[in-house]
Amino acid sequence: MTGAPSSDISVQGLTKRYGDVVAVDGIDFDVPRGACSALLGGNGAGKTTTISMLLGLLLPTAGRITVLGQDMVRRRYRVLPRMNFSSPYVDLPHRLTVRENLAVYGHLYGLPDVRSRVQVLVRDLQLEGFIDRESGKLSAGQKTRVALAKALLNTPALLLLDEPTASLDPDTADWVRGYLETYRRSTGATILLASHNMAEVERLCDQVLMMRAGRIVDRGAPEQLIRRYGRQNLEEVFLDIARRRGIAAQEAAQ
Amino acid sequence: MSDAAAWTSPSMRSLRRIAAMVVRYSLLLKNSWTRIFELAYWPTIQMVLWGFISVFFRQNSSWVAQAGGVLIAGVLLWDVMFRGQLGVSVSFMEEMWSRNLGHLFTSPLRPIELAVALMTMSLIRTLIGIVPAALLAIPLYQYSIFTMGLPLIAFFVNLLVMGWALGLMLSGLILRFGQSAESLAWLAVFLLAPVSAIYYPLSILPPWLQAVGWALPSAHVFEGMRAVLFEQSFRLDHLAWAAGLNLVYMAFGVAAFLFAVRVARRRGLLLQMGE
Repeated sequence: MTGAPSSDISVQGLTKRYGDVVAVDGIDFDVPRGACSALLGGNGAGKTTTISMLLGLLLPTAGRITVLGQDMVRRRYRVLPRMNFSSPYVDLPHRLTVRENLAVYGHLYGLPDVRSRVQVLVRDLQLEGFIDRESGKLSAGQKTRVALAKALLNTPALLLLDEPTASLDPDTADWVRGYLETYRRSTGATILLASHNMAEVERLCDQVLMMRAGRIVDRGAPEQLIRRYGRQNLEEVFLDIARRRGIAAQEAAQ
Repeated sequence: MSDAAAWTSPSMRSLRRIAAMVVRYSLLLKNSWTRIFELAYWPTIQMVLWGFISVFFRQNSSWVAQAGGVLIAGVLLWDVMFRGQLGVSVSFMEEMWSRNLGHLFTSPLRPIELAVALMTMSLIRTLIGIVPAALLAIPLYQYSIFTMGLPLIAFFVNLLVMGWALGLMLSGLILRFGQSAESLAWLAVFLLAPVSAIYYPLSILPPWLQAVGWALPSAHVFEGMRAVLFEQSFRLDHLAWAAGLNLVYMAFGVAAFLFAVRVARRRGLLLQMGE
């Protein structure tokens, strides 16, 4: 079984164990092509572990991952040129300038015209003011924009974002969300993001996968979840689930 | 096949990724003159020190007097191996220090391509380090290592390849054990110095240590170097042993590096590595 053919991500029975610790516990989900889905959950819920396995950075203990129609464990090099990611847990080389870093990654992704693509991203993401500054000397907001530029270099069909607006001021975070919406609309790309920011998820995503202790404990469109839990917004739903008040609602829904 | 088609063939794409990584490491050097200075600093200091020791021995030791450049040649060639190993390990550690491994291993770059890029960069760093010292020895001591001719190329290549193999093994260990293993990159190669017969023939070692020495490509290179300097003969047997052993060492080095990457993917180390 490889999931629906129109899914860019299809995950079945995905499990990751570190010794006795189960980080991800047999989860299943699909992300339809062109959709934006979110993994939501508290610290240690398994969001970053799941995204790492989708990227091929981490080998699953069990289960199956199909990304853009390919088995991600066995054939990830067929898929990697068509996907990209950004995460606050990784960085670009500090002593290279932003331009140098983007050029190196442009060549790693095999872009036909690296210079032009970098120019487009510099303009779109407003990197002009620091394009020739060393990456290690950027502010948190500038780093996030550069990380996003790197993630968009190859115009990915699938974009994985781990906390894309972490440590950003509200204005910059809002700008990043707007850019992601535009990118998705203009390219038809699929986006999966992990976030703690409920307002961000409500704004960007069509589907939410609620995680706790390595399991998906609920899922649905943001407005469906809000209705189901009888709450005002996604943050209240999140708190219900994190504090286990949502179990009854979930069981009732099933 | 058209030029455009050739450029998009799998092998050309692979070469382009390797070239991108070599450019990445070269930019790091270009942006920091202190790193370039440091590359040439230690080989030059070593050469100057051993050059004066050679001058002294030439006048007081019949063995060194037979071939005045034997100590300087030993110093310079040993540094080829040390720089070769360090060139691989340090470039790899740069990726860890800058928390860049997550980006690299989610790009189309394959681990084997990264290994080739590390080795290419090691060659560049070694040449930057050794050539100035070798040139400086000519006016200082009237000794040119280049007078060895073609055998020098054989010695250089074998020591560099051994350095690469060690560098890949050490990079694998650093990937597996993290910062606690980083000091190995600076120390490990010196463990091999006493049994590599750099400054003395292997025959002066106890028999059991000689056996260890003969298992190292470096010992065959330095024995071969002395044959050239003392007897003006190029020992093909030593060259064959060095090359054969290097094939085994390289196979083991590449396998160890790839295995370490796989273990890192299983244990989730690629996202955790950093300063």
